[in-house]
Amino acid sequence: MSLKRPAPPRRAGRTLSAKDKYGPTIISISTVVAVTLIIRAVVIRSSQWPRIKDQFFNLDVIIEVFPKVLHGFGINMAVWIVALVVIAIWALILAFFRSLNGPWFTPLKVFSIVYIDLIRGLPSLLLVLLFGFGMPALRIPGLPKSSLFWGALAMISSYSAYAAEVYRSGIDSVHTGQYLAAKALGLSQVQTLFHCILPQAIRNVFPSLLNLAVALQKDVALLSVLGVRDAVREAQIYTARTFNYSSLIASAALFLVATIPLARLTDYFTKKDRQRRLQGA
Amino acid sequence: MYKIEVEHLTKYYGKNLVLDDVSLSVADHEVVCLIGSSGSGKSTLLRCVNDLVPFNEGVVKLDGVSIHDPEFDVKDLYKRIGIVFQAYNLFPHMTVIDNITLAPKKVHGRKKAESEAHGKELLSLFGLGDFADSYPEQLSGGQQQRVAIVRAMANKPDILLLDEVTAALDPELIGDVLSVIKNLREQGMTMLIVTHEMGFARDVADRVCFLDGGKILEEAPPNELFSHPENPRTRQFLQRIIESGRL
Repeated sequence: MSLKRPAPPRRAGRTLSAKDKYGPTIISISTVVAVTLIIRAVVIRSSQWPRIKDQFFNLDVIIEVFPKVLHGFGINMAVWIVALVVIAIWALILAFFRSLNGPWFTPLKVFSIVYIDLIRGLPSLLLVLLFGFGMPALRIPGLPKSSLFWGALAMISSYSAYAAEVYRSGIDSVHTGQYLAAKALGLSQVQTLFHCILPQAIRNVFPSLLNLAVALQKDVALLSVLGVRDAVREAQIYTARTFNYSSLIASAALFLVATIPLARLTDYFTKKDRQRRLQGA
Repeated sequence: MYKIEVEHLTKYYGKNLVLDDVSLSVADHEVVCLIGSSGSGKSTLLRCVNDLVPFNEGVVKLDGVSIHDPEFDVKDLYKRIGIVFQAYNLFPHMTVIDNITLAPKKVHGRKKAESEAHGKELLSLFGLGDFADSYPEQLSGGQQQRVAIVRAMANKPDILLLDEVTAALDPELIGDVLSVIKNLREQGMTMLIVTHEMGFARDVADRVCFLDGGKILEEAPPNELFSHPENPRTRQFLQRIIESGRL
C-alpha cells in the first residue's frame, strides 16, 4: 500500500507577513530606546548628576566659549588639510625611493628606510615638542619662528612615515606579472612605477590612507601643547580660568562632527574595495 | 643568418640549474615551439631571449649581435621583440587602447593620435574593434589574451615570444587565440612559442624542441618529432600526453 502524502501547498512567491517584515526593526529600535531610557534614569537620578552636568554639560558655558573654540577648530582643520596634501606627496616620494632597485638609487633607498624607521619609532608628541620648541630656539636666521609651522611640520614628518609604509604595502600588493609586462614593453623603472604600479597600488590602499587621515584629524590637536590656539587650547584656557570643563566638551563635539562622517566615508570605500576584489577573484 | 641565436645559455635560480648549456637558433620567419613538462626550463629560456630574466652564462644574439653588446640598443630589443604571457598581464587600470598605446607613446615617442590609430587598426584586425575603450576586466579571457597579443604587436616587432598563451583559457576560447597566432605565422612573423597544445604545435611549428631538465633533448620538424621521437624521454613525454588524450 502506498502512502501518498499530499504535496505541500505551492506558493507562487514567498510573501512576508507584517511580523516578518517589520519585526527585526521594531525589536532593534525598542531595545535601543529601552536601554537608553534605563541608563538615563540611572544617571539622572544619581545624586552626583547635577554636579556632573554643571561641570561638563553647562549649556551657558558652551554657548559662551563656542565662538573661540570654533575659531580654534578652524586652525585645526586648516593644519589638517595642508598636512594631508603635503603628506600625500611626501609619503609617496618616500615610498618611491624605497621601492627603487639598482646601485645608483641606494642612497635614496637607505635615506627612506632610515627616515621611516626613525620617525615611526618616536612618539608624535615628542616630535611636536622637539620641532615646535627646539627649532625656533635655534634662532637660525631665515627659518620661520612660528610654532604653528614647526608643529605642523612635525605632524607631517610623523604621519608621512606611516603613510609611506601604507603606500609601500600597496606597491607590494601589485602582482609581479605587471612588472614583467612593463619591462617587456621597454618601460623604464620610473615609468613602470608611475604608469603601471602606483595607480593600482593607490587604489588598493586608498581605504587605509583614509583611515590615517581620520587619525590625523584628531592628532593635529597635539599642536596645542606648543601654545597654538587651536580648539583644544582655547577650551583649556577657559577651563584654567573657570574650572569648568564644558568648554572641552564643546571642542570634543566639534571633533566628532568632523571625524564621524569621514570614518563613515572610509567604511564605504573599504566595502567598495572589498567588493571589487571579490569580483576580481 | 639567424634571427635569434642562443648560445650555451646557463641559468641558475639560486642553486637550481634551470637552463643547462642550451643552444638554439631561430631563422627569419620561422616558428619554433618549445615543449616539455613544467619546470623543464622552457619559459625561462623564452624570457632570457628578451632579457626579462638575467642569465649566468652564454650569449643571446639578435641578427648576429649580442643583446649585451655595448653597440646593441636596448630600446631596440623591446621594440623588435614582443612577448605575451600566460596570465595576459594587461594593466587593469587602463582601457584596452591605453594598454596598447602605452609603450609606443612612452618608450618609442610616437604621437598619441598616431599610436591610437595604429592600435585601433590592429584591434579591428584581431576582431576586437568594439573594445578599445573597455577595461580588461570587462572582457573574456580569450579577448584579454588577444588584447595582450595586440599590445605586443603595437611596437611593430619582428619577433613574437608566446609563453603558454592558452594555458589559462577555457577550452572553448582557446581556438580564437590559436587562429590569431596561425594568422601571424602566415604574415611571416618569427615566433618562439612555449606551449602545451601539441596539436597546435604540430600545425604551426616549423620545428619543435623538447626540453627536459634544462636541456634541449630533441629538436626536429613536428611530423618527425611527434611520429618518430628518437629520445626515450621524448617518447615517454609524448606517450603520457597521448594517454591523457591531448594529442
